[in-house]
Amino acid sequence: MSLLQVRDLKVSYGGINAVKGINLEIHKGELVALIGANGAGKSTTLRALAGLEHPSGGTIHYQGHSTAHQATYQLVKRGLVMVPEGRGIFGRLTVEENLHMGAYCHDDTSQIASDMRQVYARFPRLQERSHQAGGTLSGGEQQMLAIGRALMSRPQLLLLDEPSMGLAPLIVQKIFETIRDIAAEGVTILLVEQNAKLALENSHRGYVLESGLITLQDDAKALLRNEKVRHAYLGE
Amino acid sequence: MDIFLQQIINGLVLGSIYALVALGYTMVYGILGLINFAHGEIVMIGAMISLAAIQAMTGFALPGPVIVLMGLLIAIPACMLLGYGIERIAYRPLRHAPRLAPLITAIGVSIVLQNIAMIIWGRQYIAFPPLLPEDTYTIAGASITLLQIFIFFLATVIMAGLIFLVQKTRLGRTIRATAQNPEVAGLMGVNVNNVISSTFIIGSALAAMAGLMVSAYYGLAHYYMGFLLGLKAFSAAVLGGIGNLGGAMLGGLLLGVIESLGAGYIGPLTGGVLGSHYQDVFAFFVLILVLIFRPSGLLGERVSERP
Repeated sequence: MSLLQVRDLKVSYGGINAVKGINLEIHKGELVALIGANGAGKSTTLRALAGLEHPSGGTIHYQGHSTAHQATYQLVKRGLVMVPEGRGIFGRLTVEENLHMGAYCHDDTSQIASDMRQVYARFPRLQERSHQAGGTLSGGEQQMLAIGRALMSRPQLLLLDEPSMGLAPLIVQKIFETIRDIAAEGVTILLVEQNAKLALENSHRGYVLESGLITLQDDAKALLRNEKVRHAYLGE
Repeated sequence: MDIFLQQIINGLVLGSIYALVALGYTMVYGILGLINFAHGEIVMIGAMISLAAIQAMTGFALPGPVIVLMGLLIAIPACMLLGYGIERIAYRPLRHAPRLAPLITAIGVSIVLQNIAMIIWGRQYIAFPPLLPEDTYTIAGASITLLQIFIFFLATVIMAGLIFLVQKTRLGRTIRATAQNPEVAGLMGVNVNNVISSTFIIGSALAAMAGLMVSAYYGLAHYYMGFLLGLKAFSAAVLGGIGNLGGAMLGGLLLGVIESLGAGYIGPLTGGVLGSHYQDVFAFFVLILVLIFRPSGLLGERVSERP
């Protein structure tokens, strides 16, 4: 069954048509990559899915229901969780307060405490820094915090916007290991990345977005072998 | 020496009222980036409603302080409703408009509220009935009234309560997060509109208390009283660093003390050319100095966010 179904989605702002009618389908348990060049409309697509941009056309169905007229906060309650570009850490809240914000939609104290223990087990660095302000963390730690905070929301569909952005290669590897682990635990993930190779190597399926249109879609392995993708996105 | 101590005492009492009002400005600014120029009028409405309630109750054989307390308990929810309504009706439709539009609207709301108050309660000064004990104590040559002690004590307790609310509770954490990044707060499942409403409601409750305090302190209320008080409290918020709660408290107290010392010493220092009625000049003189030399205020912006 498809968890997310996007039909002919169009998004425009400030007179620019950033997304010009795309179809996407994501099934439960998949890890899907949406790749493309800078300005292709990847982030705009993700923001529209999370309810941060209003589509100018088309439909989005999440868990079988249209998301039109649903505010972002209502979608979060239904398990559609996004880690925004640039990570969106609350810089003046402590690490622990940031994690508590992730659990905003939940009020079962003991389950929240157990979720937090799991996040700390996954990212021991966060536990060491739990009382530090989020703004004092390094870029990699902030990305860990952003992912940990999203997990506190108990996502069913996790949208990740450029998780590798601005991070050292070693840390990027770690972040992607974590993403694979989370997917293996049953969370469906849609990943937007400029680093196409890394994204496709870690995903089941991929879509290629070019100037607001989807030009290719296939299994991730097939895309990695695709002549056009190799030329345009993998620099080979 | 005794005049110095006397002015410090007067300044702290007045400053604690400024601080309560400044908190309302700074909370709304922190979350919306809007200077709610109607906030001073909420203070005035708080004073007017509590006075009207007090006058209506003076016929009953109740102890004075009980009547005053009941007036306050009526004014607080009325002002909370007013603050909520102002945001809902006047500011929310302009949420995505250029910044100038809500600012002008705020001034408009302020004028509307003044005129409504004038129509209901008239143009004349309304006297605060003598319901409170007028005990006076003398400390080191300076006198302090029971009312002054009570105002300062109550304001301090309220501010401590607000700090607890903002720093230690779930609502406070949500307010802080929303002030830092409303979009990301939405991604956590926060209904940002509700958080914005709650800051207006909390600020208005503080304004209602300040309104009663200031009218009890000066013994009067007037439909125009919110204008100058609001501007001074705004100056206090800027002095402390607008958007910063501790700053609003510090700024309020400092401004009260500066104003009282200024009023106390301006006569002797200028050989009687300028009198204590120049008191109001000091707040704005301080505002100008702050804007020139430290625009972010005394406690403005500490931790910066990494990209």
